[in-house]
Amino acid sequence: MTRTLWDSSLGKKTVMAVSGLIMLLYLVVHMIGNLKIFFGSGEFNHYAHWLRTMGEPFLHYEWALWIVRVVLVAAVVLHAVSAYQLSRRDIRARPAKYVHRKPRASYATRTMRWGGIILGLFIVWHILDLTTGTVHPGGFQSGHPYQNVIDTFSTWYGNTIYIVAMLALGLHVQHGFWSAAQTLGAGSATRDRVLKTIANALAAVLTLGFICVPVAVMTGVVS
Amino acid sequence: MTDYSHYETGAPVVDTKAPEGPVAERWDTRRFQAKLVNPANRRKHTVIVVGTGLAGGSAGATLAEQGYHVVQFCFQDSPRRAHSVAAQGGINAAKNYRNDGDSIHRLFYDTVKGGDFRARESNVHRLAQISVEIIDQCVAQGVPFAREYGGLLDNRSFGGVQVSRTFYARGQTGQQLLLGAYQALSRQIAAGNVELHARTEMLDLIVVDGKARGIVARDLVTGKIDTYFADAVVLASGGYGNVFYLSTNAMNSNATAVWRAHRRGAYFANPCFTQIHPTCIPRTGDHQSKLTLMSESLRNDGRIWVPKAKGDDRPANEIPEDERDYYLERIYPAFGNLVPRDIASRAAKNVCDEGRGVGPGGQGVYLDFAEAIQRMGRDKVEEKYGNLFDMYARITAENPYETPMRIYPAVHYTMGGLWVDYDLQTTVPGLFAIGEANFSDHGANRLGASALMQGLADGYFVLPSTINDYLARNPHHEPVDASHPAVEEAVADTEDRLNLLLAVDGDRTPDSFHREIGELMWEHCGMARTEDGLRKALERIPQIREEFWRRIKVPGTGDEFNQSLEKANRIVDYLELAELMCLDALHRAESCGGHFREESQTPDGEAARRDEEFSYAAAWEFSDTGRAPVLHKEDLVFEYVHPTQRSYA
Amino acid sequence: MKLTLRVWRQKNADAPGTMSTYEVDGISQDMSFLEMLDTLNEELILAGDDPVAFDHDCREGICGACSLVINGDAHGPERTTTCQLHMRSFEDGDTIDIEPWRASAFPVVKDLVVDRSAFDRIIQAGGYISAPTGTAPEAHAAPVPKPDADFAFEHAECIGCGACVAACPNGSAMLFTSAKINHLNVLPQGAPERETRVLDMVGQMDSEGFGGCTLTGECATACPKGIPLPSISAMNKEWLRATRKVRR
Repeated sequence: MTRTLWDSSLGKKTVMAVSGLIMLLYLVVHMIGNLKIFFGSGEFNHYAHWLRTMGEPFLHYEWALWIVRVVLVAAVVLHAVSAYQLSRRDIRARPAKYVHRKPRASYATRTMRWGGIILGLFIVWHILDLTTGTVHPGGFQSGHPYQNVIDTFSTWYGNTIYIVAMLALGLHVQHGFWSAAQTLGAGSATRDRVLKTIANALAAVLTLGFICVPVAVMTGVVS
Repeated sequence: MTDYSHYETGAPVVDTKAPEGPVAERWDTRRFQAKLVNPANRRKHTVIVVGTGLAGGSAGATLAEQGYHVVQFCFQDSPRRAHSVAAQGGINAAKNYRNDGDSIHRLFYDTVKGGDFRARESNVHRLAQISVEIIDQCVAQGVPFAREYGGLLDNRSFGGVQVSRTFYARGQTGQQLLLGAYQALSRQIAAGNVELHARTEMLDLIVVDGKARGIVARDLVTGKIDTYFADAVVLASGGYGNVFYLSTNAMNSNATAVWRAHRRGAYFANPCFTQIHPTCIPRTGDHQSKLTLMSESLRNDGRIWVPKAKGDDRPANEIPEDERDYYLERIYPAFGNLVPRDIASRAAKNVCDEGRGVGPGGQGVYLDFAEAIQRMGRDKVEEKYGNLFDMYARITAENPYETPMRIYPAVHYTMGGLWVDYDLQTTVPGLFAIGEANFSDHGANRLGASALMQGLADGYFVLPSTINDYLARNPHHEPVDASHPAVEEAVADTEDRLNLLLAVDGDRTPDSFHREIGELMWEHCGMARTEDGLRKALERIPQIREEFWRRIKVPGTGDEFNQSLEKANRIVDYLELAELMCLDALHRAESCGGHFREESQTPDGEAARRDEEFSYAAAWEFSDTGRAPVLHKEDLVFEYVHPTQRSYA
Repeated sequence: MKLTLRVWRQKNADAPGTMSTYEVDGISQDMSFLEMLDTLNEELILAGDDPVAFDHDCREGICGACSLVINGDAHGPERTTTCQLHMRSFEDGDTIDIEPWRASAFPVVKDLVVDRSAFDRIIQAGGYISAPTGTAPEAHAAPVPKPDADFAFEHAECIGCGACVAACPNGSAMLFTSAKINHLNVLPQGAPERETRVLDMVGQMDSEGFGGCTLTGECATACPKGIPLPSISAMNKEWLRATRKVRR
């Protein structure tokens, strides 16, 4: 069955859909966690610490977090590799373009590939910035995420990168969620409207939920 | 050279295969008498099937299922595009699901009578018997026939019969049945039992020692001419309605396969029997390339009329009621607009010939729903005929709810074809003809929803049984190869013909000749025929032929994809077939079914059959281009359905 | 009407192609698009040029042969087949671009003619119900609920023209493949081969070099027979079900 899945274009689409949904679920949790920043540094830092002690005493310190990280990395890799291979196949299948060209499908649909690449690059930056601190502006302090976030969103490029990426995320989720539902066989004429509404709502909530943090820092609501 | 119309009458042609005895038992008897081929030996036999429509597709699939090696051809890019796909109405079967008194015998009776007593009783009875098996077969293949809420198959009445025996899949019955046959064929292709050559057109028949042993065919993409050999050849290449240029046939449907077989010795029977359908969308101008049929159910509520005055070119809505001639209601008060197809068609032609036709070129009559809309309300009319009105509006850009539709008759089906015996074998041993390509079951007129039935009966059930007998008796241990003189001659013939077409380099396009011969045939060998007109046509056809070979222009070369060459080559055969059709129409000095001779009518203007002289099928033997063929008569005997004269006044 | 046509000309599969420009005059609004091309071809023949090759046959919208991309739209601006498109959809003086279906699985044969035999091979892989002639039970032995019969019919309407592939930016044949799978898999007659059918047909579709589906919906918009986009999702469901049930 694994071979059937990976060898088939439908199988790879399924892998993309499932890994995408895992990441989507994570993003919802992540966004809710981010919003805790509005309740002050104490609560936010406490929440960040809890992420490391999650599952104790059954799990050792940071084990739960590492499990999540491993799952997420697997999801990202599978998502990206399938996307890359499927895109290669798609481009090969349609080598010659029409002389008479027309833009057609919705913006969200047409930007899936570029959006995906932007999001991939963003993830790298985001981890180097706020997890490892490698490219963090002004001394990264492990265990003080509240301050780290404010540092990042106090730079013009930090805000720009983040906001652009979150807009890309919204578009990606809008088409991606609906598309995943189709791939997994949940689509039908009667359910189409519901699925599209959920996709739009998810996209809107995630984008706004994430963007409100840098906006709050910029406007001084959070400092 | 003697005049083409001075034909000789040869020995009668006799169907030696239909068994004696009660008509209902003949098919069983024949199947029992027929020799069988040992299943283990079948794969050693190759059968060529030309065409992939309902008849060819079903025959190819079934022969392959039986274990024969099938080599199949279609000129389309895929077997799924054969013109059977375009049949709209439905398929008849004597299932009697409606418990309305239908039976095999009634379907048999209706078909013989509908064919105006010019079909063979034993064949028609077999067709009626097999009709029930066809429905079972198609349902098993997943053909999505219309169903009722209980999940059972729906039926409707069709073509003026009194029972509901027509199975249908909306207006796409032909498409769905064809896809069933195509899918069965696809399964055999995948299994390696059928070798399919798409975009490959048969251009000649190979006859060795008096038996059909193969074909010459051209790969339409590369232009390569190749030979294919077999133990038997089956022609399922459809009808020849495109002789008329404008018809409801597909653009590429053609007569080349049957005509080349005819030239190689297969008799051509009843070529003048063509069916003209009364409700087609009229032509809009000289650019018209084909005609589109509209369901004749429209005549149930629409009223047909033309202006009383000649050349009245006012818009329909401005012509007052008392200046309109509802001619069918006037001439046939009892049946009115519901007279049979041939009568409605001829009446329309008559009023147009008088100069009272409407629309571009005066080739049309009104089919008016104003009264129906007033009586039933627009909603009701829309519910019943909405899809047809939409189709009409798309093609004509006129709104039939507001202005009357315009309709005109068009060539639709050819009942004539290669003469075959009860086994569907032509006069060339080893050459079989099935579906519209043969002449067998419809006599002088085909009933609605019977073409699909015959195609599938021939392909699924009749041919696969009867061909065994031939193959068992003719095991052909000697293979034929390309060096045989008969093969070399057939290939050289084909190559010469194509090279000549390319070499003329004249100043007229293939289409211009096709249009010219078509118009001539429509004028003189169309809905109504006269001795005078037919003689004129017979005089004119050789002239057109001569001009063709002097002035034809075919661009390009023979060794490439060349649609003009394909077309021109088909016209070569139309120019000969047209002559035979006119001769057949001339010799049959009676009216019957689709063949109306103005000299032979009842006092009230109806078709008058002359059974004493013409109760036979006319099978013509080819002699040479432009030379009179030889007539062989097959006498028709009616033991069960006794000939009567139709009356509709 | 007077029109400027820009037509893709390509001598054969191996030759390079290019857009050539032609002027046609005296075009009637009542002509079908293909009759307009007939007119052009008559002129080309008489001028000693090679006429434009294009596939066409029934000219009543059911055989699926005609296949032109007109101004970037498969089958042109109306939702119908090319043969049912009429010149009244255009204006006098228009420039019209005419191109063949574009997909690597549909190589150009000549000019506007492409090779769609990949579709036939997808059907050969499993787009049938194995019911050899003579084996059929009585037609009423297995009633089919009307909703299922209607669903089957809706998908059986596909004419195999390939507009879905031509319109898809990925050259994907998912709509075509799903139409046949859904037609046969919903019927009781199709049940015994339900799993192998979808696995084999999808496998063949992949090996023909068609692209994958990114749910742009272009296929369903271009489909002259209105095969709906959710058809693809229904096929995905069948495929996932089959991969769970069948061990290979």
